[in-house]
Amino acid sequence: MEQVIANGLYLGAQYALIALGLTLIFALMNVLNFAHGQMYVLGGFVTYAIYGQLGLPFPVALAAASITLGVVGALIEKFLFRPVVRRSEREESTMLLAAAVAFFLDAVILLAFGEKQRGVPKIVSGVFVSDGLIMPYDRMVVGIVALAMIAAFVLYMQYSKPGRAMRALAQDRVAAQLMGVKVDRYSMIGFALGALLAGAVGGLLVTITGVNSGIGGPISIKAFLMVMIGGAGVVGGAIAGGFILGMMESVGLTVLREYGDITYLVIFALLMVFLSIRPNGLMGKPWG
Amino acid sequence: MTTKALLAGAFLLVLLIVVPLAIGASGREDLYYTLTSVALLSIISAGVWITFYIGRINIGQGAYALMGGYVSAILVTAYGVSFWLTLPLAGIFCAAASILIGLPILRLRGVYFAMVTLVLTEVVRLLALALPITNGAKGIVSIPQPGGISLFGVTLLPDFATLTNPRLAFYIVSVILMALCFAGLYRLKNSRIGQLCQSLQQNEELASSIGVNITYLRVLAYAISSFLGGVGGAMFAAISQSIYPSSFTVADSVNFMLNCFLGGLSYVFGPILGTFVLYFGWDVLFQTGEFQLLIFSAILIALMLLLPNGLLSLRFSSKAKGAGR
Repeated sequence: MEQVIANGLYLGAQYALIALGLTLIFALMNVLNFAHGQMYVLGGFVTYAIYGQLGLPFPVALAAASITLGVVGALIEKFLFRPVVRRSEREESTMLLAAAVAFFLDAVILLAFGEKQRGVPKIVSGVFVSDGLIMPYDRMVVGIVALAMIAAFVLYMQYSKPGRAMRALAQDRVAAQLMGVKVDRYSMIGFALGALLAGAVGGLLVTITGVNSGIGGPISIKAFLMVMIGGAGVVGGAIAGGFILGMMESVGLTVLREYGDITYLVIFALLMVFLSIRPNGLMGKPWG
Repeated sequence: MTTKALLAGAFLLVLLIVVPLAIGASGREDLYYTLTSVALLSIISAGVWITFYIGRINIGQGAYALMGGYVSAILVTAYGVSFWLTLPLAGIFCAAASILIGLPILRLRGVYFAMVTLVLTEVVRLLALALPITNGAKGIVSIPQPGGISLFGVTLLPDFATLTNPRLAFYIVSVILMALCFAGLYRLKNSRIGQLCQSLQQNEELASSIGVNITYLRVLAYAISSFLGGVGGAMFAAISQSIYPSSFTVADSVNFMLNCFLGGLSYVFGPILGTFVLYFGWDVLFQTGEFQLLIFSAILIALMLLLPNGLLSLRFSSKAKGAGR
């Protein structure tokens, strides 16, 4: 039992970090970022290249992955999403653009890093063993780093000036603009920050699960699930969604083991029931 | 109206007579498969278009295509039902399933609906892997070719297994199905229900307040959409004579949505054009080898930057401003 809870917390911390980036981008720009999983994969591969191949220390690689993705996110916002949002008649057009960006990143990743599964050496070796709990130390480190990043993100959004500006933007774009918030600049910062989070999780997780070019889509789907549980565009919702999904996955894999690989079927069925009671998730704002 | 009907008739004649003649003359038999795929994919995309028409972004069409393919394949292989009977049955099965699924999820809007349908695609794939009747990851293979239909001793449709060129037969069947589908869609769009659906797209609360039964309408539209997905999927299973859990994946669902977007959401025939351009574009780029996806997605991004409202908006840009939406 302790094992299941520990696994759930560990998964939940990473999932929440992924969902945070997605929900931030959604809150600021009403863009559903299909390319989120691909950004995660790119972060993983950058870490692999710097830590695994060049042999530099892991924190350097993690920072490099985060910064790379931040820059990529900022460029994508400035040169792709901003013009399309301005000119298209329907908000949904950004979804097509996001899907195209996802394909594009997939292609770039495939060309640059190949289709092989890649892993890196463990950052910390050894396993923690007690009565009911077996946990490798590297998982614990990753889980704690993820929790620290979540805390840092929440504090940044709550107390810093850009954070305040972004929250204002998410609440009401026009009103924020009238109050003198530089909408364009903070949209870009927000998109970059969302991409950065995706890259950082990718960099963290490459040390445990490795990375390959095909996992971008499934990661995006998991991120969508979490955002639906918690409610789109809300920071607290993303964190709650991430931990709930992590916990359900951990419990499901244990309880439903003898029935085969049906954990996600059950989760989806539960989600349908849940959404028919609360269409906007736990704490989401209604659409439109 | 009459000129439009004439144009549509002429287009159909070209597809049914001129194209086969041209293919016969040039000897490019492989084009039959490409064009058949375009016809079927545009039927499936037409379903997505209907959900767009009621103001929902549907990225779950792959789920129904997969479902339809499996229903038809299981009925043909396990129960020996004639393929031509399974075609509508697959559609009806999908429509019934979509009513059950749609009742809760159609209350969602915008990205919420988009996300839940996207997850649905993945779930149906998992279901196909887990259920015993679908034969897991191995899929259902060597499905027999569609049999013939005869009425009072008159052969209406020959047995496909005896034909010398089943590709041509599949092509003709698919084109006719596509014509039926889009004629029906055009009729639906210009009917009373179509007008009501448009009111949903603009403002559901307002429509509801003046007495439009919005729940009924959106479930109806979603059921029609899934029906088309099921029929298209069943046809695909028959042509490739096989169906796997990976036959229709999330990428396919996204592609169906892209087809509609690219053609332009305000135009009934947008899905045909969008499918044609995307499928042929993808095929042509095959020669570029490993750069295929890179160039393809770069072109998509460029198209979005230049024409954010779809390809058809280019030609009708002056007319479409007031009308259409």
